[in-house]
Amino acid sequence: MNAHLPVLAVLTPLLSAPLCLMLRRKLAARFFAIAVAWITFAIAISTLQAVMQAGDIRYELGGFAPPLGIELRVDATNALMLLLVSSIAAVVLLFGPGSAGATIAKGREPAFYTLLLLALAGLIGITVTGDAFNVFVFLEVSSLASYTLIGLGNDRHAPMSAFSYLIMGTLGGTFFLLGVGLLYQMTGTLNMADLTVRLQDVHGSRTVVLALALLVVGIGIKLAVFPLHQWLPNAYSHAPSVVSAFLAATSTKVMYYVLVRVLFTLFGAAFVFETLRADYLLMPLSILAMFGGSLAAIYQTNLKRLLAYSSVAQVGYMTLGLSFASVTGVTAGLVHVFNHALMKGGLFLVVGCITAQLGSSDIARMRGLGKRMPLTMAAFVVGGFALIGVPATVGFVSKWYLVQAALEKGMLPVAFLILLSSILAVVYIWRVVEIAYFQEPEAEAKVSEAPLNQLLPTWLLIGSTLFFGLNTDVTVGVAQMAARQLMGVLP
Amino acid sequence: MSASLGLWNYWVVIVLMMIGLYIVIARDSLVKKVMGLNIFQVSVIMFYVSMGKVDGGTAPIVPEGGVEGVVFSNPLPHVLMLTAIVVGIATTALALALVVRIQERYGTVEEDEIRDMDFRDTEHGDP
Repeated sequence: MNAHLPVLAVLTPLLSAPLCLMLRRKLAARFFAIAVAWITFAIAISTLQAVMQAGDIRYELGGFAPPLGIELRVDATNALMLLLVSSIAAVVLLFGPGSAGATIAKGREPAFYTLLLLALAGLIGITVTGDAFNVFVFLEVSSLASYTLIGLGNDRHAPMSAFSYLIMGTLGGTFFLLGVGLLYQMTGTLNMADLTVRLQDVHGSRTVVLALALLVVGIGIKLAVFPLHQWLPNAYSHAPSVVSAFLAATSTKVMYYVLVRVLFTLFGAAFVFETLRADYLLMPLSILAMFGGSLAAIYQTNLKRLLAYSSVAQVGYMTLGLSFASVTGVTAGLVHVFNHALMKGGLFLVVGCITAQLGSSDIARMRGLGKRMPLTMAAFVVGGFALIGVPATVGFVSKWYLVQAALEKGMLPVAFLILLSSILAVVYIWRVVEIAYFQEPEAEAKVSEAPLNQLLPTWLLIGSTLFFGLNTDVTVGVAQMAARQLMGVLP
Repeated sequence: MSASLGLWNYWVVIVLMMIGLYIVIARDSLVKKVMGLNIFQVSVIMFYVSMGKVDGGTAPIVPEGGVEGVVFSNPLPHVLMLTAIVVGIATTALALALVVRIQERYGTVEEDEIRDMDFRDTEHGDP
């Protein structure tokens, strides 16, 4: 049974998606989608358990032996990502129709849930597959679904944002495809494990370096690495809040996973970071992202856009972890992927709660919201603390490991910059807190607390940022195991 | 023939790719951007297809006289491109659908005009 888990995780949402469309009824589609997402989540949990107990799971799709057949392969890294993606989907789907109903045209709800399930299937596909071309296919499945999801928003700017994302995303996907093509040309295989072995003989070749460059640029666009992040603020701020929460917490994270796979599994840390010195490129870009994203976030007047720019900065922390090319650094990166997904997902759901009540996510209109929506704003404060990296939240755990990785390498200035950029996060979070808590509410505005079906998923995510901030065994444990596997250090 | 000209298929791929990329970057019309994107994708498809071709090779079907001495082209890259073509069509269809939506909301498909309208919106405090 365990051997079939990875393929079940992909097939459950993929095959349910068309069924969801056939339900036609709003509520039926919603509950069906929630059920599917939770089943997928259960499969992900058993996969992680199986991997932790018995080691890597390999599955030959259709019974064709790799390297000719497509192989699904799950180790600690994939299992962590699988758990992350499916858990976020399961929680985000719970978010009440207050938001989804208001921001999506009437009668489109079944299509909306179908697309969410398709995006989920694509993202899970990327995480479990062990075949380079298969990554491209699932990448496009999830991307096409997410362009449509963003375009579904009732916001006037939504189609244009979706279009820009589509252009950028397709360019990224095509670069990735070309990179895979060059690798195939050099090695004659598409299986990742096989590629790792065969690439070692041709590392010096210019074709392989070009392939690496194309793959990294392609992934970089989808991951929104500075300066390829232009599409992200528009896409996230004009999409329906549920979609922003889902994509911010999963889509960039999965692309980060692909980057880790390409750099560490396919090419190997020694080649990428010692021969090519990719860290000379990756580290400055990450630091620029940390500061550029945070500075841009400070000047935003819209809360959703503020969070989107903060995502650009947070991607910087994740890639910074990679650029240290050490076990601690990669652990920090992977832990931050998990932690940031929880906090940013939660924060976007907070915006969803606010938008459903206020009808807008303008920061200026949130005067006195701390009194009107105490639970929602409390969630924002906790999530904001996590973004800053206050102790007892998950943000502290990731930054602790990041700073440790920097100190391990003797890079004192980098450690200092990490702390300095956290202060910028204090600035943009505090701006919102000040308006919401220390200014008098507008007397005539009738705003009340968000309904339970919106508060519950929001607090599930925000609460877990506290839970995993105090219980680091699971996240750091799995991330460390994954980092050791990736760096080639045997446990 | 020199080595750089002998691999003329790469020249075709790179020239097409850059033409596509240039159109995507430089043109303001969204429909033209979609066309540029198509050219960009087609260049990669041609790259794969030419990669699988073997000189004098034929389609990989076992002929009646057996496979002795018959040269076959590599079918795998060609098959992969069937998937890529499907992806390309889906992307184009979605892009054009979005263009229709944009036309409905803005009354134009020129990016510069749309940007001007968005800019005017933000000035009036309605982002």
